[in-house]
Amino acid sequence: MTPQDLEIQNLTKKFDTFTAVDDVSFSVPAGSFFSILGPSGCGKTTIMRMVAGFIDPTLGDIRIKGRSVLDVPPNKRPVNMVFQHLALFPMMNIADNIGYGLRRKGVAKDEITRNVGEVLERIGLPDIGHRKVDELSGGQKQRIAIARCMVLEPDVLLLDEPLGALDLKLREHMKIELKSLQAAFDTTFVYITHDQSEALVMSDQIAVMNNGRFEQVGTGQDLYYRPQSAFVAGFVGDSNRWRGKVARAEAGQLQIITEAGLTMTGSDHRRDLSVGDAADIYVRPEAIRISRSTDDLAQFENKMGGTVSSILFNGAASRLILKAESGEEIEVTLPQSGEFSDVERGDTLHLGWSGEQANTFAASEDFTQVYQ
Amino acid sequence: MRAGSKLGFILLFSPLVLWLGLLIVIPHIDMFLISIRERVGVGKYDTSLANYLTFFGEPLYMMTFARTALMSVLATGLTLLIGFPVAFYIAKIAKGRLQSALFLLCLVPFWVSELVRTFGWMILLRETGVFSSLLQWAGLAEQPVEMLYNDVAMMVGLVYTSMLFMVVPLITTMESLDDSVIEAGYDLGGNGFSVMREVVIPHAMPGIVSGSIVVFMLSLGNYLTPTMLGGKDSLWFTELIYSQFIVRFNWELGAAFGFMLLLLSSVIVWGTLRLSGQTLEKTMG
Repeated sequence: MTPQDLEIQNLTKKFDTFTAVDDVSFSVPAGSFFSILGPSGCGKTTIMRMVAGFIDPTLGDIRIKGRSVLDVPPNKRPVNMVFQHLALFPMMNIADNIGYGLRRKGVAKDEITRNVGEVLERIGLPDIGHRKVDELSGGQKQRIAIARCMVLEPDVLLLDEPLGALDLKLREHMKIELKSLQAAFDTTFVYITHDQSEALVMSDQIAVMNNGRFEQVGTGQDLYYRPQSAFVAGFVGDSNRWRGKVARAEAGQLQIITEAGLTMTGSDHRRDLSVGDAADIYVRPEAIRISRSTDDLAQFENKMGGTVSSILFNGAASRLILKAESGEEIEVTLPQSGEFSDVERGDTLHLGWSGEQANTFAASEDFTQVYQ
Repeated sequence: MRAGSKLGFILLFSPLVLWLGLLIVIPHIDMFLISIRERVGVGKYDTSLANYLTFFGEPLYMMTFARTALMSVLATGLTLLIGFPVAFYIAKIAKGRLQSALFLLCLVPFWVSELVRTFGWMILLRETGVFSSLLQWAGLAEQPVEMLYNDVAMMVGLVYTSMLFMVVPLITTMESLDDSVIEAGYDLGGNGFSVMREVVIPHAMPGIVSGSIVVFMLSLGNYLTPTMLGGKDSLWFTELIYSQFIVRFNWELGAAFGFMLLLLSSVIVWGTLRLSGQTLEKTMG
């Protein structure tokens, strides 16, 4: 078993009557990138602040490198935090910002200068030590905020949505950069975000959080292809959703009759669903094959026809919205192989997808919630 | 369009120019002219520096001048020392309704005139006052205690009078400090003292300096508090100016005293700005 840098056991935080974090347990192996993904208000920031030491948990334990840190104040914990708005010290220059933690440790002056120089070198920003914080660009500030923590060699680095304030292009760039910084420093990162793409791109493990609980912990692929709950299926990636009733259940294969009266084949992936249960079906737009003739779709359990009601052009991520014969709207990824480049509104197309790709869950309130 | 905007500019600017000109510039020029003339006979005046020489030649004047400056610096320091924790609590620790309530409490005493507030202190501190009676009742004093008419009472009055002018700029600058910057200070290993010294105080510096300047000037130019609470040994420079103008009817010397006070406050404010590395634009803007 690899050593665990951070272990959280049965962590609970109650504010008066509201339970922000409800019996959460997880562990993060050394040197990995762990993300907590969830909508705002799900309790992820509360977990982060408990690990950093700014909030005391109501119940449960936090262990860093096997040692409980509950009675350790934030300034003595071997964790450091990159804040949402970075919280660089505006009254100091860059070198003093990075050297702040070392000064607190009582490190000798020339050693501080050397360490600061080294870490600036590593983040690719040498010779900016004398600059002021507000002279830097967003991406540079980001790297300084990380360097300011990394110079202290923490066991765990906490990152609280640090990319939130950046514009889209820079955010894309910083995702890759953060991942490579993590590899370079070889430190455990715990990253919280509401942006699924940030979590999917960077993380080794992702925990999806909702209403104070972890819905699922797994790799990006696990969450995306094998969601274990309706919330995860709805929150990670996009899905077409239908609600219906189970008409037949056989070895994981389900026949469901939707509210609009369509019969669909779905898979429960070992979740217990039996005949008569209300069920929600989630199908990813890219799992649906479109074709001009029904012949191509012979292998699929689910087939239907539809007319194109709108084309959402977004480069590689272009989508079609089709109106099915039953009147429902279905979102389908538009293949970029050129085959459908001449699709127009009003065209009739055929759709098909396998039962395996139709994730079915017991009906829940998550179905009606719309995120993002 | 151009002429219109020019007219608007003149209209907007004229109250300021009138105010500055009529109330500040012209009286000061006149005062300066008065201060550099010497009466040589009935209705006959010569231009000379005799009044300033009188000021420097008379130890009582010089002593009072220096004492007023030092006591004002002391009052400013004490106000800062008391006001800073108060402002920090209101700006950073108190939340929501408590914050506005505390801020209002700082403001409430200033709805009453300074004279009445000073009388309030006299009621508390005089021989037959509240504190004296309390001490006698508790058996800590055998006879009435006079706490008025000394430097301590005067200092209490000065600090009390200027507290609001220190607390308000401090709260304003400290409120602009992001809480997460303070948290980052702790997160990176700082304790309460080092976060205060390296993060909070440098950030609050413009507020500290502007508050100190205002409080210093208010103390230096205060007449009421030293007169009412100070004793016969607690002479304040403004009292000298008053006696020259009103009692002695020696406007020439009074004007010279006034100019010395103006010079003193300018020098000390300039020195403080230089020492703290702040500029007037930064602290007042």
